Amino acid sequence: MLANETELKKLMVAGLNGDEASYRALLEQLSAYLRGYFRAKLAQVSQGATEAEDLLQEALMAIHTRRHTYDPSELFTPWMHAIARYKLIDYLRRTRGSRVDVPIDDASEVAAQDKHIAAESNHDLQKLLSQLPDKMRRAIQCVKIDGLSVAEAANRCGMSESAVKVNVHRGLKALAALIAREERA
Amino acid sequence: MKTNDLVRVLSTNVEPVSPRRVDRELAGAIVVGAAVVLGLALIARGIRPDIHDLHAFIFLLLKVGFAAVVVVWGSVYLIRLARPGGEVKAPIMGAAWPLIGIALLALISLLAAPLWHWQSMAMEEGWLECLISIPLIAIVPFAVVVWELRRMAPTNLVRAGALAGLVAGGTSAIGYALHCTDDSLPFIALWYGGTIVLCTLVGAILGSRLLRW
Repeated sequence: MLANETELKKLMVAGLNGDEASYRALLEQLSAYLRGYFRAKLAQVSQGATEAEDLLQEALMAIHTRRHTYDPSELFTPWMHAIARYKLIDYLRRTRGSRVDVPIDDASEVAAQDKHIAAESNHDLQKLLSQLPDKMRRAIQCVKIDGLSVAEAANRCGMSESAVKVNVHRGLKALAALIAREERA
Repeated sequence: MKTNDLVRVLSTNVEPVSPRRVDRELAGAIVVGAAVVLGLALIARGIRPDIHDLHAFIFLLLKVGFAAVVVVWGSVYLIRLARPGGEVKAPIMGAAWPLIGIALLALISLLAAPLWHWQSMAMEEGWLECLISIPLIAIVPFAVVVWELRRMAPTNLVRAGALAGLVAGGTSAIGYALHCTDDSLPFIALWYGGTIVLCTLVGAILGSRLLRW
Protein backbone atom coordinates (compact mmCIF):
# COMPACT_ATOMS: atom_id res chain seq x y z
CA MET A 1 0.00 0.00 0.00
CA LEU A 2 2.68 2.46 1.04
CA ALA A 3 6.09 2.64 -0.57
CA ASN A 4 8.76 1.36 1.76
CA GLU A 5 9.98 3.10 4.87
CA THR A 6 13.56 3.31 3.62
CA GLU A 7 12.62 5.25 0.51
CA LEU A 8 10.26 7.65 2.27
CA LYS A 9 12.81 8.30 4.99
CA LYS A 10 15.49 9.03 2.40
CA LEU A 11 13.18 11.54 0.70
CA MET A 12 12.26 13.13 4.03
CA VAL A 13 15.86 13.53 5.18
CA ALA A 14 16.79 15.04 1.81
CA GLY A 15 13.78 17.35 2.10
CA LEU A 16 14.88 18.48 5.57
CA ASN A 17 18.19 19.42 3.98
CA GLY A 18 16.37 21.57 1.44
CA ASP A 19 16.21 19.19 -1.54
CA GLU A 20 13.14 20.40 -3.42
CA ALA A 21 12.71 17.44 -5.80
CA SER A 22 12.92 14.82 -3.05
CA TYR A 23 10.55 16.75 -0.86
CA ARG A 24 8.03 17.11 -3.67
CA ALA A 25 8.26 13.37 -4.43
CA LEU A 26 7.68 12.66 -0.74
CA LEU A 27 4.60 14.86 -0.51
CA GLU A 28 3.19 13.33 -3.71
CA GLN A 29 3.56 9.80 -2.35
CA LEU A 30 2.09 10.83 0.98
CA SER A 31 -0.84 12.52 -0.78
CA ALA A 32 -1.84 9.34 -2.56
CA TYR A 33 -1.43 7.23 0.56
CA LEU A 34 -3.16 9.59 2.99
CA ARG A 35 -5.98 10.24 0.52
CA GLY A 36 -6.82 6.54 0.68
CA TYR A 37 -6.48 6.54 4.47
CA PHE A 38 -8.72 9.57 5.06
CA ARG A 39 -11.33 8.47 2.50
CA ALA A 40 -11.64 5.10 4.16
CA LYS A 41 -11.88 6.64 7.64
CA LEU A 42 -14.32 9.39 6.68
CA ALA A 43 -16.49 6.94 4.76
CA GLN A 44 -17.21 5.27 8.09
CA VAL A 45 -18.78 8.49 9.33
CA SER A 46 -20.58 9.12 6.03
CA GLN A 47 -18.35 11.88 4.76
CA GLY A 48 -17.24 12.17 1.19
CA ALA A 49 -14.20 12.74 -0.99
CA THR A 50 -14.24 16.53 -0.69
CA GLU A 51 -14.04 16.36 3.09
CA ALA A 52 -11.27 13.77 2.83
CA GLU A 53 -9.37 16.11 0.50
CA ASP A 54 -9.84 18.99 2.99
CA LEU A 55 -8.41 16.82 5.73
CA LEU A 56 -5.59 15.58 3.50
CA GLN A 57 -4.55 19.16 2.77
CA GLU A 58 -4.69 20.06 6.44
CA ALA A 59 -2.51 17.04 7.26
CA LEU A 60 0.01 17.97 4.54
CA MET A 61 0.20 21.51 5.92
CA ALA A 62 0.80 20.04 9.39
CA ILE A 63 3.49 17.67 8.12
CA HIS A 64 5.16 20.61 6.39
CA THR A 65 4.98 23.21 9.15
CA ARG A 66 5.96 20.68 11.85
CA ARG A 67 8.61 18.82 9.84
CA HIS A 68 11.30 19.94 12.31
CA THR A 69 9.75 17.52 14.84
CA TYR A 70 10.87 14.51 12.80
CA ASP A 71 13.93 12.89 14.33
CA PRO A 72 16.01 11.27 11.54
CA SER A 73 17.34 8.67 13.97
CA GLU A 74 13.78 7.30 14.20
CA LEU A 75 11.50 5.63 11.62
CA PHE A 76 9.58 7.99 9.34
CA THR A 77 6.25 6.17 8.85
CA PRO A 78 5.22 6.11 12.54
CA TRP A 79 5.88 9.87 12.72
CA MET A 80 3.77 10.53 9.64
CA HIS A 81 1.04 8.18 10.87
CA ALA A 82 0.91 9.88 14.27
CA ILE A 83 0.25 13.23 12.56
CA ALA A 84 -2.40 11.75 10.24
CA ARG A 85 -4.16 10.05 13.16
CA TYR A 86 -3.98 13.19 15.29
CA LYS A 87 -5.47 15.31 12.50
CA LEU A 88 -8.19 12.75 11.84
CA ILE A 89 -9.28 12.62 15.49
CA ASP A 90 -9.11 16.41 15.76
CA TYR A 91 -11.21 16.74 12.59
CA LEU A 92 -13.84 14.29 13.81
CA ARG A 93 -14.12 16.13 17.15
CA ARG A 94 -14.40 19.50 15.47
CA THR A 95 -17.01 18.50 12.93
CA ARG A 96 -19.08 16.20 15.13
CA GLY A 97 -22.72 17.01 14.61
CA SER A 98 -22.01 19.97 12.39
CA ARG A 99 -22.47 18.17 9.09
CA VAL A 100 -25.53 16.72 7.52
CA ASP A 101 -25.34 12.95 7.37
CA VAL A 102 -25.27 11.46 3.91
CA PRO A 103 -26.61 7.95 3.28
CA ILE A 104 -24.08 5.15 3.81
CA ASP A 105 -24.38 4.03 0.16
CA ASP A 106 -22.91 7.25 -1.14
CA ALA A 107 -20.03 7.02 1.24
CA SER A 108 -19.00 3.50 0.29
CA GLU A 109 -19.18 4.48 -3.34
CA VAL A 110 -16.79 7.31 -2.63
CA ALA A 111 -14.43 5.06 -0.70
CA ALA A 112 -14.21 2.76 -3.67
CA GLN A 113 -12.86 5.53 -5.87
CA ASP A 114 -9.23 5.41 -6.89
CA LYS A 115 -7.10 7.27 -4.39
CA HIS A 116 -5.01 8.67 -7.23
CA ILE A 117 -7.99 10.57 -8.56
CA ALA A 118 -7.93 13.71 -6.49
CA ALA A 119 -11.05 15.60 -5.58
CA GLU A 120 -10.98 19.35 -5.21
CA SER A 121 -11.00 20.48 -1.61
CA ASN A 122 -13.19 23.26 -0.28
CA HIS A 123 -10.14 25.45 0.25
CA ASP A 124 -9.36 28.21 -2.21
CA LEU A 125 -5.66 29.04 -2.11
CA GLN A 126 -5.99 32.56 -3.50
CA LYS A 127 -8.85 33.36 -1.15
CA LEU A 128 -6.88 32.02 1.81
CA LEU A 129 -3.82 34.00 0.78
CA SER A 130 -5.87 37.18 0.56
CA GLN A 131 -6.65 36.79 4.29
CA LEU A 132 -2.97 36.89 5.22
CA PRO A 133 -1.16 40.09 6.22
CA ASP A 134 0.29 41.87 3.19
CA LYS A 135 3.96 41.00 3.81
CA MET A 136 3.28 37.30 4.35
CA ARG A 137 1.08 37.12 1.27
CA ARG A 138 3.67 38.77 -0.97
CA ALA A 139 6.52 36.64 0.42
CA ILE A 140 4.57 33.41 -0.20
CA GLN A 141 3.48 34.57 -3.66
CA CYS A 142 7.09 35.30 -4.69
CA VAL A 143 8.94 32.39 -3.09
CA LYS A 144 6.42 29.55 -2.93
CA ILE A 145 4.16 30.23 -5.94
CA ASP A 146 6.23 32.15 -8.48
CA GLY A 147 9.32 30.20 -7.43
CA LEU A 148 11.66 33.16 -7.11
CA SER A 149 14.81 32.74 -5.04
CA VAL A 150 14.85 34.44 -1.65
CA ALA A 151 17.25 37.07 -3.01
CA GLU A 152 15.00 37.83 -6.00
CA ALA A 153 11.93 37.96 -3.78
CA ALA A 154 13.69 40.33 -1.38
CA ASN A 155 14.46 42.58 -4.33
CA ARG A 156 10.93 42.53 -5.69
CA CYS A 157 9.16 42.99 -2.35
CA GLY A 158 11.57 45.54 -0.95
CA MET A 159 12.28 43.39 2.12
CA SER A 160 15.53 42.01 3.47
CA GLU A 161 16.28 38.35 2.72
CA SER A 162 15.76 37.36 6.33
CA ALA A 163 12.43 39.22 6.36
CA VAL A 164 11.33 37.21 3.31
CA LYS A 165 12.26 33.93 5.03
CA VAL A 166 10.48 34.90 8.23
CA ASN A 167 7.36 35.98 6.35
CA VAL A 168 7.25 32.77 4.30
CA HIS A 169 7.61 30.75 7.49
CA ARG A 170 4.98 32.68 9.43
CA GLY A 171 2.71 32.88 6.40
CA LEU A 172 2.65 29.10 5.96
CA LYS A 173 1.83 28.63 9.63
CA ALA A 174 -0.96 31.18 9.34
CA LEU A 175 -2.20 29.42 6.22
CA ALA A 176 -2.25 26.09 8.08
CA ALA A 177 -4.30 27.73 10.84
CA LEU A 178 -6.73 29.22 8.30
CA ILE A 179 -7.25 25.84 6.65
CA ALA A 180 -7.95 24.24 10.04
CA ARG A 181 -10.36 27.02 10.96
CA GLU A 182 -12.25 26.78 7.66
CA GLU A 183 -12.96 23.16 8.39
CA ARG A 184 -14.34 24.04 11.78
CA ALA A 185 -16.91 26.36 10.27
CA MET B 1 -7.81 23.80 -4.35
CA LYS B 2 -6.14 20.75 -5.82
CA THR B 3 -3.79 18.90 -3.50
CA ASN B 4 -1.14 18.84 -6.24
CA ASP B 5 -1.15 22.64 -6.26
CA LEU B 6 -0.62 22.66 -2.51
CA VAL B 7 2.22 20.14 -2.81
CA ARG B 8 3.86 22.37 -5.41
CA VAL B 9 3.57 25.42 -3.15
CA LEU B 10 4.95 23.59 -0.11
CA SER B 11 7.91 22.03 -1.92
CA THR B 12 8.98 25.08 -3.95
CA ASN B 13 12.13 26.60 -2.42
CA VAL B 14 11.74 24.38 0.62
CA GLU B 15 13.79 25.70 3.53
CA PRO B 16 16.26 23.36 5.20
CA VAL B 17 15.41 22.77 8.87
CA SER B 18 17.49 21.40 11.70
CA PRO B 19 16.06 18.24 13.22
CA ARG B 20 17.77 19.10 16.51
CA ARG B 21 15.48 22.12 16.97
CA VAL B 22 13.04 20.29 19.24
CA ASP B 23 15.63 19.30 21.84
CA ARG B 24 17.45 22.63 21.67
CA GLU B 25 14.43 24.88 21.94
CA LEU B 26 12.59 22.91 24.61
CA ALA B 27 15.72 22.57 26.73
CA GLY B 28 16.23 26.31 26.24
CA ALA B 29 12.70 27.04 27.43
CA ILE B 30 13.17 24.91 30.55
CA VAL B 31 16.45 26.68 31.37
CA VAL B 32 14.85 30.10 30.85
CA GLY B 33 11.96 29.12 33.11
CA ALA B 34 14.40 27.93 35.79
CA ALA B 35 16.47 31.14 35.54
CA VAL B 36 13.37 33.30 36.00
CA VAL B 37 12.20 31.22 38.99
CA LEU B 38 15.63 31.34 40.66
CA GLY B 39 15.87 35.09 40.05
CA LEU B 40 12.41 35.69 41.51
CA ALA B 41 13.08 33.43 44.51
CA LEU B 42 16.41 35.08 45.30
CA ILE B 43 15.01 38.61 44.99
CA ALA B 44 11.81 37.92 46.93
CA ARG B 45 13.02 35.57 49.67
CA GLY B 46 16.78 35.10 49.40
CA ILE B 47 18.52 32.01 50.75
CA ARG B 48 17.63 30.55 54.16
CA PRO B 49 19.54 32.41 56.90
CA ASP B 50 20.81 29.28 58.65
CA ILE B 51 22.72 28.13 55.57
CA HIS B 52 25.99 27.92 57.57
CA ASP B 53 24.58 25.16 59.71
CA LEU B 54 25.66 21.82 58.25
CA HIS B 55 22.32 20.11 58.85
CA ALA B 56 20.46 22.98 57.16
CA PHE B 57 22.94 23.01 54.27
CA ILE B 58 22.55 19.28 53.69
CA PHE B 59 18.76 19.60 53.62
CA LEU B 60 18.98 22.56 51.24
CA LEU B 61 21.06 20.42 48.89
CA LEU B 62 18.67 17.51 49.35
CA LYS B 63 15.59 19.57 48.47
CA VAL B 64 17.20 21.37 45.53
CA GLY B 65 18.63 18.05 44.36
CA PHE B 66 15.28 16.28 44.55
CA ALA B 67 13.51 19.06 42.63
CA ALA B 68 16.32 19.19 40.05
CA VAL B 69 16.07 15.43 39.48
CA VAL B 70 12.31 15.81 38.95
CA VAL B 71 12.95 18.55 36.37
CA VAL B 72 15.75 16.84 34.47
CA TRP B 73 14.04 13.45 34.43
CA GLY B 74 10.71 15.02 33.42
CA SER B 75 12.40 17.05 30.68
CA VAL B 76 13.63 13.89 28.98
CA TYR B 77 10.03 12.65 28.80
CA LEU B 78 8.67 16.06 27.83
CA ILE B 79 11.05 16.30 24.87
CA ARG B 80 9.94 12.83 23.70
CA LEU B 81 6.29 13.87 23.98
CA ALA B 82 6.89 16.99 21.88
CA ARG B 83 7.27 14.79 18.77
CA PRO B 84 4.37 13.06 17.01
CA GLY B 85 3.97 9.54 18.35
CA GLY B 86 6.39 10.24 21.19
CA GLU B 87 3.92 8.97 23.78
CA VAL B 88 4.90 5.42 22.87
CA LYS B 89 8.30 6.04 24.47
CA ALA B 90 7.09 8.19 27.36
CA PRO B 91 4.85 6.29 29.79
CA ILE B 92 3.64 8.62 32.52
CA MET B 93 4.81 6.29 35.29
CA GLY B 94 8.34 6.43 33.94
CA ALA B 95 8.43 10.17 34.54
CA ALA B 96 7.12 9.71 38.08
CA TRP B 97 9.93 7.64 39.56
CA PRO B 98 11.71 10.54 41.36
CA LEU B 99 8.39 11.17 43.14
CA ILE B 100 7.98 7.49 43.97
CA GLY B 101 11.59 7.44 45.19
CA ILE B 102 11.12 10.34 47.62
CA ALA B 103 7.87 8.82 48.87
CA LEU B 104 9.68 5.56 49.67
CA LEU B 105 12.49 7.43 51.48
CA ALA B 106 9.89 9.34 53.46
CA LEU B 107 8.15 6.12 54.39
CA ILE B 108 11.42 4.59 55.60
CA SER B 109 12.21 7.63 57.73
CA LEU B 110 8.69 7.60 59.21
CA LEU B 111 8.98 3.90 60.07
CA ALA B 112 12.30 4.58 61.77
CA ALA B 113 10.78 7.32 63.91
CA PRO B 114 8.42 6.93 66.87
CA LEU B 115 4.76 7.38 66.11
CA TRP B 116 4.36 10.62 68.08
CA HIS B 117 6.97 12.32 65.83
CA TRP B 118 5.04 11.65 62.67
CA GLN B 119 2.83 14.67 62.75
CA SER B 120 5.65 17.10 63.46
CA MET B 121 7.78 15.53 60.69
CA ALA B 122 5.10 15.83 58.04
CA MET B 123 3.38 19.02 59.16
CA GLU B 124 6.16 21.45 59.83
CA GLU B 125 5.21 25.11 60.01
CA GLY B 126 5.73 25.94 56.34
CA TRP B 127 3.34 23.44 54.77
CA LEU B 128 0.69 25.97 53.79
CA GLU B 129 3.22 28.38 52.32
CA CYS B 130 4.75 25.49 50.38
CA LEU B 131 1.36 24.36 49.12
CA ILE B 132 0.54 27.85 47.83
CA SER B 133 3.97 29.06 46.68
CA ILE B 134 5.08 26.16 44.51
CA PRO B 135 2.00 26.04 42.22
CA LEU B 136 1.91 29.84 42.07
CA ILE B 137 5.56 30.26 41.04
CA ALA B 138 5.13 27.33 38.65
CA ILE B 139 2.89 29.46 36.41
CA VAL B 140 5.96 31.20 34.97
CA PRO B 141 7.95 28.14 33.82
CA PHE B 142 4.69 26.47 32.73
CA ALA B 143 3.87 29.38 30.44
CA VAL B 144 7.37 29.41 28.94
CA VAL B 145 7.37 25.64 28.33
CA VAL B 146 3.83 25.60 26.88
CA TRP B 147 4.71 28.50 24.59
CA GLU B 148 7.58 26.46 23.16
CA LEU B 149 5.59 23.21 23.11
CA ARG B 150 2.97 24.87 20.92
CA ARG B 151 5.56 25.09 18.15
CA MET B 152 6.19 21.35 18.36
CA ALA B 153 3.72 18.57 17.53
CA PRO B 154 2.63 16.56 20.57
CA THR B 155 -0.02 13.99 19.68
CA ASN B 156 -0.97 13.14 23.27
CA LEU B 157 -1.95 16.57 24.57
CA VAL B 158 -3.03 15.44 28.04
CA ARG B 159 0.24 13.70 28.75
CA ALA B 160 2.35 16.48 27.22
CA GLY B 161 0.45 19.01 29.36
CA ALA B 162 0.97 16.84 32.45
CA LEU B 163 4.71 16.67 31.84
CA ALA B 164 4.87 20.43 31.26
CA GLY B 165 3.13 20.83 34.64
CA LEU B 166 5.53 18.38 36.29
CA VAL B 167 8.61 20.15 34.94
CA ALA B 168 7.17 23.56 35.90
CA GLY B 169 6.28 22.33 39.40
CA GLY B 170 9.78 20.88 39.86
CA THR B 171 11.39 24.09 38.62
CA SER B 172 9.28 26.10 41.03
CA ALA B 173 10.25 23.75 43.89
CA ILE B 174 13.96 24.43 43.22
CA GLY B 175 13.30 28.13 43.82
CA TYR B 176 11.15 27.46 46.87
CA ALA B 177 13.76 25.14 48.41
CA LEU B 178 16.29 27.98 48.64
CA HIS B 179 14.55 29.63 51.57
CA CYS B 180 12.42 26.78 52.92
CA THR B 181 13.47 25.80 56.48
CA ASP B 182 11.35 22.69 56.93
CA ASP B 183 13.81 19.85 57.05
CA SER B 184 12.39 16.36 57.00
CA LEU B 185 11.96 13.71 54.35
CA PRO B 186 8.22 13.24 55.00
CA PHE B 187 7.76 17.00 54.60
CA ILE B 188 9.58 16.98 51.24
CA ALA B 189 7.65 13.97 50.00
CA LEU B 190 4.26 15.28 51.08
CA TRP B 191 4.48 18.99 50.36
CA TYR B 192 7.08 19.15 47.60
CA GLY B 193 6.01 15.91 45.96
CA GLY B 194 2.32 16.63 46.52
CA THR B 195 2.40 20.10 45.02
CA ILE B 196 4.40 18.85 42.04
CA VAL B 197 1.72 16.19 41.50
CA LEU B 198 -0.89 18.96 41.76
CA CYS B 199 0.94 20.97 39.06
CA THR B 200 1.06 17.81 36.94
CA LEU B 201 -2.71 17.34 37.21
CA VAL B 202 -3.44 20.98 36.36
CA GLY B 203 -1.05 20.70 33.40
CA ALA B 204 -2.91 17.60 32.16
CA ILE B 205 -6.23 19.44 32.32
CA LEU B 206 -4.88 22.53 30.54
CA GLY B 207 -2.87 20.53 28.01
CA SER B 208 -5.73 19.48 25.78
CA ARG B 209 -6.83 23.11 25.43
CA LEU B 210 -3.48 24.91 25.26
CA LEU B 211 -1.52 22.51 23.10
CA ARG B 212 -3.93 21.90 20.19
CA TRP B 213 -2.45 22.40 16.75
